[in-house]
Amino acid sequence: MEIKKTSLNKLHQINKAKFVEFAGYEMPIQYSKGIIEEHKFTRLHSGIFDVSHMGQLFIYGNESLTEELEKIFPLDLKNLKQNSSKYSFLMNEDAGIYDDLIITKIEEGFLIILNAACKDKDFEILSNLLGSKFKMNLDNNRSLIAIQGPKSVEILNSIINGIDQLNFMTGNWFDSDNQKLFITRSGYTGEDGFEISISNDKAEKFVENLMEKGAQLIGLGARDTLRLEAGLCLYGHELDINKTPVEANLRWAISKSRLSNGGFIGSKKIMDQMRDGSSQLRVGIKPEGRLIAREKTKIFDNEDKQIGEITSGTFGPSVKGPIAMGYVDKEFSKVDTKIFLEVRGKKHPANICALPFYKKNYVKGLN
Amino acid sequence: MSDVKFSKEHEWITLEGDVATIGITKHATEMLGDIVFAELPEKGSNVEKDGTAGVVESTKAASDVYTPVSGEVVDTNQAIVDDPSKINEDPEGSAWFFKLKMKDQSEMDSLMNKEEYDKFAKESAS
Repeated sequence: MEIKKTSLNKLHQINKAKFVEFAGYEMPIQYSKGIIEEHKFTRLHSGIFDVSHMGQLFIYGNESLTEELEKIFPLDLKNLKQNSSKYSFLMNEDAGIYDDLIITKIEEGFLIILNAACKDKDFEILSNLLGSKFKMNLDNNRSLIAIQGPKSVEILNSIINGIDQLNFMTGNWFDSDNQKLFITRSGYTGEDGFEISISNDKAEKFVENLMEKGAQLIGLGARDTLRLEAGLCLYGHELDINKTPVEANLRWAISKSRLSNGGFIGSKKIMDQMRDGSSQLRVGIKPEGRLIAREKTKIFDNEDKQIGEITSGTFGPSVKGPIAMGYVDKEFSKVDTKIFLEVRGKKHPANICALPFYKKNYVKGLN
Repeated sequence: MSDVKFSKEHEWITLEGDVATIGITKHATEMLGDIVFAELPEKGSNVEKDGTAGVVESTKAASDVYTPVSGEVVDTNQAIVDDPSKINEDPEGSAWFFKLKMKDQSEMDSLMNKEEYDKFAKESAS
């Protein structure tokens, strides 16, 4: 299958991107300055991320759509205000996660942002569940651009006046250059920022404009170190079809009002686990010293019994040390529990620690 | 001191008497990206030509460091373990990895000179 390219591919090339294949797309892993500089620039200034490979699924409908979606997602969608977003999951009957996603109530229905590697399957699953009652559009004509970091609000507001009025996890349509952009205040780096849905033919010029104002392109490499420092899950690593939201320590994302009556896919398992706990839990892990424990590193207790596995591990440029996330048996999930990581045949000490590794800086509310 | 020689695994080596100093090339560091971890062989241990003799990790991945010649490890560079970013800054100078007391100096003969290595690196990168 031919590798897909986003509408910013040429701009990535001009900016000396090193490319990797990710979910069938040719994506920039880093630019000439490298992952650590890109990471730090985002934390201090403003980074631009091409996330156009992610799915933008528009589903059109009114109250009956809301009712149908409540049978799928563990959310109180009836009380979700227009232009408000929620983090959620598409699950199977055993509460295994097909995908994690952001769903936003828009005037015409809902906009769901899906992971690149999952979007086609998600579309198929949702089409089967919803039948043909509602118009669904996995929109390939729009790009998705994230701008993240403390200077992002000022930079974006200088191009699109009024975006500074958005609260965290809300969005709206804005006019720019004779077209409509859907902008949400959100992101996946632990920084204040925005995600901008824009038509493909306008994306390159828009990003060039952001760059002229001082923002810089950031690759997927730094996106990974940023999200890991922020303690955020990445599908295919922390989350997959064999993990549930409760095991992933994402109880907060399940609407309380949905827990008394259930009625969403996977609700029985979720309610059981909410009551009884799960046998494994996602935790933050800090290796002692400088050792990096990568994905699939085995975790042991002090009696050499395997108690879990690392799902992501790297060097955190802002934390200035190695960090990891993984799953351990529940009794080892308390902060400060000593564990051992097997790397290259040797066991190295590490400690369970609180998430996030890096304290986030979101703008909560303006009022 | 001898001229610098290079291996296909992107190590450089110089020889002074029977002690070889070994590190990784600038080209290797450019391929790896930001180096954030280094592990070196133990002093007093013996390493075999083309065997692993350490590890470097970038933000992206771990890579083995090989030794282009055999010998006994007589010294290691603790400075790059304490601050691995030095490897990116000065890979072919102060950021050497380890020193070996060589057994068989003829092992140097099959290695590349600078011109041959630059050509090899250019070809293997494209």
